[in-house]
Amino acid sequence: MSEPLTAPRRAPRRYALPAAAGAGLLVALALPFYLDRFWLQAGLFAMAAAIGAIGLNLLTGATGQLSLGHAFFLAVGAYGYCALAGGDEEGLTGLGLPTAVAAAGAVLLAGLAGGLLSPIAGRLSGAYLGIATLALIFIGQHLLFNADDLTGGYNGRAVPPLELFGYRFDDSEDVLLNVPFGAAEKLWYVGLALLVAGALFARGVLRGRPGRAMNALRDHRIAAGVMGVPVARLRAGVFVLSSMYAGLAGVLLALVFQRTVPEYFGFVLSLEYLAMIVVGGLGSVAGAVLGAAFVSLLPQVFMRYSESLPLVSATGDGGVAPGEASRYLYGAAVVAVVLFLPGGLARLAPRRRTPEKKEPSDAEDAIQTQTSAHRA
Amino acid sequence: MTTFVELLIGGLSTGSVYALIALGFVVIFKATEVVNFAHASLLLAGGYVAARLSGHIGFWPALAVGIAGAATVGALVEFLVIRRYRGGEHSVLAIATIGVDIVLLTEFTRLIGTDVLTLGDPWGDAVLTFGSVTVPQTRIAALAAAALLITAFLLAFRYTSWGVAMRAAAENREAAALMGVRLGRVSLSAWAVAGALAAVAALFLTVFPTPGLERSTSFAAFKAFPAAIIGGLDSTAGALAGGLIVGVTEAMATGYQAELSFLGRGLGDVAPYLVMLLVLLARPAGLFGTRELTRV
Repeated sequence: MSEPLTAPRRAPRRYALPAAAGAGLLVALALPFYLDRFWLQAGLFAMAAAIGAIGLNLLTGATGQLSLGHAFFLAVGAYGYCALAGGDEEGLTGLGLPTAVAAAGAVLLAGLAGGLLSPIAGRLSGAYLGIATLALIFIGQHLLFNADDLTGGYNGRAVPPLELFGYRFDDSEDVLLNVPFGAAEKLWYVGLALLVAGALFARGVLRGRPGRAMNALRDHRIAAGVMGVPVARLRAGVFVLSSMYAGLAGVLLALVFQRTVPEYFGFVLSLEYLAMIVVGGLGSVAGAVLGAAFVSLLPQVFMRYSESLPLVSATGDGGVAPGEASRYLYGAAVVAVVLFLPGGLARLAPRRRTPEKKEPSDAEDAIQTQTSAHRA
Repeated sequence: MTTFVELLIGGLSTGSVYALIALGFVVIFKATEVVNFAHASLLLAGGYVAARLSGHIGFWPALAVGIAGAATVGALVEFLVIRRYRGGEHSVLAIATIGVDIVLLTEFTRLIGTDVLTLGDPWGDAVLTFGSVTVPQTRIAALAAAALLITAFLLAFRYTSWGVAMRAAAENREAAALMGVRLGRVSLSAWAVAGALAAVAALFLTVFPTPGLERSTSFAAFKAFPAAIIGGLDSTAGALAGGLIVGVTEAMATGYQAELSFLGRGLGDVAPYLVMLLVLLARPAGLFGTRELTRV
């Protein structure tokens, strides 16, 4: 945004966003040559989180369906990939499929798991759905700990490295332009490609017919139904789509972690994803990405600079550990955003004004009040 | 048969404790239309204060302070967060309570650390024996205390002016406000009462046979969520029924684990959620919840 202030406001705005996105993409492509492993790893987590958060934002932000079970679908993706791609080592069962097929299969598996819940996801909304999906967390943990030969139980399961067209994305080092390329550097490009593809797809969904239907459903279910939106089918469909995003995020997370462990996919993870979309901004792709970056990079920043930060101490010192410090911060951020900044961080960024997004008029306010009165 | 009776009593007793938590949850929902996802943290707050103090000032005063503490935390959440919200969408407020939960849960997990705090309750591990049936005294105390509190609460809800104000606010906020019901006070008291009930529940969730207050106590508190949903979010009687169903299900699934071993270890923790999903399949508004009717 370095255009002079005297420039006409309309024309640059049209190109500002794509230009910024393009510049950001170029920087992201160059980063593996400059950053150290720690930050690459952190960036990869953020990318995986962003993919998952986009999915959750389609469901919770754009359609208004609260889900506390996102971690379950992440687990399905991560473990699905391991089980489909892994061999029969360590007394585990695995199909030994080619890894790319396994990754796609894991995403489909997560979608299938979401589809199995459609009798519930299609009919419920609000708190009922939130708590119904909370059940998934506990059922998921139960399965992860008990289905030993698929998940490795308590110890988890090693993740087979991704292999595309004979190229392995593992720690065997290739040197490119004097920079050693390990797993983090190689996966960076995979993550980036998946994130861009996922973001563009979600943007397409949100801007097209389904997106309008989803927003209509969120804002006024009955009006949406009257106008021909198939309420139950749309709810179930968005639930499946969001589970597939979570599955993809799970696959990427597993590849970065190189080992999947069951505790990771617990209740706190689901809360983190909700925090991401609220802090970033409900209902938009940019919001999900911003929020994911904020929530997942925060603990890493604290960890890296814990000596130089006041009040934060290294893990195990009895003080506030980096992970805890970041949880206070994003927990408070969630509350602050809900109260003072509806629209989240994405609202702060300069954006194009679209004519249909005008401020709600008094009449619309009145309708909203009436709706909530009806619901009471 | 003996095992069955023992399990049933144990289940009813834990169930009545869950009912206490679920009751608070339902009261908050009725008074403010907010689903309070921070409820487990209220419980931890009460339990933590009571456990830390009981070594110094004795059990009963510590319990009283714990109850007051949890009520204060509940009231503070209402005053600092719920009341400040100016939007119309209550599901967004539910997300704000999730933010509150993240902060409080982190804080109490950090404070508790790896400790197991005992509350120094007078019952200890004493048991009562009826014929061949053995029941820990704590279970009986839980059942009695829960029954007493729930009765007192339901009576107050029906006959006191506070209860009438609360029910009027739940029925129609605008009309209640026009009739002179102070909505702010109603919602503040609802949160405080819910906190107090949760603190009592914290006591009975942490006494014998459970080792004491630890990090995972919040997961036990989570079982009040399915309890409230099974009964129906806007029904006080439903919270009671839901709590008992969850308690008995959990006790049975844990007690007959050996027979159910093909379903895996730790079935008791999952069974309530499975029951909830089944109930939701049949009745999306819970057993006693008001079905959503919409007039256009």
